Amino acid sequence: MEFNFPPGLILVLGAMALPFLKGKILQALIVLLPVVTLALVWWIPNDNTAVISFLDYQLSPVNSTPTGRLFATIFCIMAFAGGIYAMGQVKILELVAAYVYAGSAIGVTFCGDLISLFIFWEMMAIGSTMVLWAEGSQSAYRASFRYLIIHLLGGMVLMAGIILHVHTTGSTEFSAMQPDNIASILVLAGFLVNAGAPPLSAWIADAYPEASPSGMVFLSAFTTKTAVYALLVGFPGATILIYIGLYMVFYGIIYALLENDMRRILAYSIVNQVGFMVCAIGIGTELALNGAAAHAFAHIIYKALLLMSAGSVLMMTGKRKCTDLGGLFQSMPQTAINGIIGALAISAFPFTSGFVTKSLETAAAASQGMVLVWFLLIAASAGVFLHAGIKFPWFVFFQKDSGQRPPDPPRNMRFSMWGFSFLCIAIGLFPGPLYRLLPYPVEYQPYTASHLVTQFQLLLFAGFAFFVMLPLMKRTLTISLDFDWFYRRFLYIVAREFTIKTSDARTRIEDTIHQHAARFIKRLYRHHGPHGILARTWPSGGMVLWVAIMLAGILLTSALL
Amino acid sequence: MINDQDKHWLYRSTSLPKLWVIQVFILVIALVPEFFLHHHPNFQDQGILIDASVGFTAWYGFLSCAAMVVTAKILGIFLKRKDSYYDE
Repeated sequence: MEFNFPPGLILVLGAMALPFLKGKILQALIVLLPVVTLALVWWIPNDNTAVISFLDYQLSPVNSTPTGRLFATIFCIMAFAGGIYAMGQVKILELVAAYVYAGSAIGVTFCGDLISLFIFWEMMAIGSTMVLWAEGSQSAYRASFRYLIIHLLGGMVLMAGIILHVHTTGSTEFSAMQPDNIASILVLAGFLVNAGAPPLSAWIADAYPEASPSGMVFLSAFTTKTAVYALLVGFPGATILIYIGLYMVFYGIIYALLENDMRRILAYSIVNQVGFMVCAIGIGTELALNGAAAHAFAHIIYKALLLMSAGSVLMMTGKRKCTDLGGLFQSMPQTAINGIIGALAISAFPFTSGFVTKSLETAAAASQGMVLVWFLLIAASAGVFLHAGIKFPWFVFFQKDSGQRPPDPPRNMRFSMWGFSFLCIAIGLFPGPLYRLLPYPVEYQPYTASHLVTQFQLLLFAGFAFFVMLPLMKRTLTISLDFDWFYRRFLYIVAREFTIKTSDARTRIEDTIHQHAARFIKRLYRHHGPHGILARTWPSGGMVLWVAIMLAGILLTSALL
Repeated sequence: MINDQDKHWLYRSTSLPKLWVIQVFILVIALVPEFFLHHHPNFQDQGILIDASVGFTAWYGFLSCAAMVVTAKILGIFLKRKDSYYDE
């Protein structure tokens, strides 16, 4: 049987009903929508390819593949936990936007053609912008506009690429490409904008931390990981992705080390983690692609967990800067424990989800004999512990005692944190079920004595470096300049100068025109005004004289001829 | 100023040396298996054996982190601005 209802639309359409409901029914629907979507994701048979004719093109918006299903599954789980986390605390607009956003992301994972992919892609941009708007503050509003501009720009590039691709190949099918012609390079660039690749990486740390506590939990999961999915399907083995990924990995670490805002630290850490996945997609072997997919799956869970923990702190203290926080483990023990579990998982500590997923990627670099890539990825793995694994829990829950004693957050928020903590450890202890969901068969054994020992050493000595160098990492009330300086400051100055200069020029031109007009009128008045020479009544005596002169002239000429 | 005894154990001035001792003790334990375990080099065919040498990940992890902190510190000189920089 062919199935042609995209499962993501359940969330998108269901979200529209949320504003009209209240109380228990509202809560039930928030929980049920992701569950029903997940059920449909699994109910649609593999290789379902419903084809819909649209104008001259064949669309297949319900194209079920193992990779797509893996991403759709984690997106449903994320929407479920995020919905519970957000329940009761946020405006209904945020939930509607978040579910439209999540549903569109699930839509992308089922697209077999580039046109329906583009439609869901743009729906995601709108949904995520609305999530930011829902926060309601002036700074969130401004950030959402910068965010939307970047994503509309990325969308334009993607659309241009798709149109060229369809025009040259005659096919709308979304399948593996190589970036060797303008069409596919544009498509790649469009995907990379959403992945947070250079030079536009700054949008993640600029926009996401302006969202509400639950808003950023949603935002962290979908846009960048949908981009990872699109790269995984569209550009496996594109060598340039290795270098782009490595850049992102170290960009994330360095900027996170400089950062003072706890949720911006975690935002930079998203770029770092997506960098690992992009690098693995560039390596492109089955092991590497499995690694990227598994890492994306695990990453969504532990990054959401970290942001739930940070969001709880933000909600209970109203503070977001490391310089204002510290010592919170004393009164928020559950938030601290869950934050630490998320931090251990992102650092790939043994027995957590990061350990069994990220190691697939480094193993892929090793098996391909990529010496430099492997050494850099291992250094970056130590760096993850440094910038996110220790820095976040240390500065928020420990360091100095800030004297604040807020309680743990409400029950629904604690519940979703514990749920995700459970998943981080469960996947770490029993990676089998996740491995079976991966696009290719897995013959990898993460738990060897050597791997355990080296990973412990790497992380413990990275931690040692953190505490030895702690004086160098004293928090300051600063932000760090990034590429967004060009559109937030440089272009602003250029635009302001342009306005001043053009308004000066306009004034000058107007003045000149006024002067000319005034001079013209004055001259006209002099000659034609009441006393003007041309307006005078001429005396008749003068007339007689002129007639006499003319007569004399005529007589003279006739006499001469 | 709060009395040292009223603070949480972690924040007492007497606890700090103990915490360092615990940390160094854990690091030593992490190095113990190096006496029994042999790691397989990943790039033997390219003549690179350093990744299987004794305690490689320990010093490599420490030094790469130190390098990243120093790099961030140096870049920070040029990149850091007051956090009200973009506010109008």
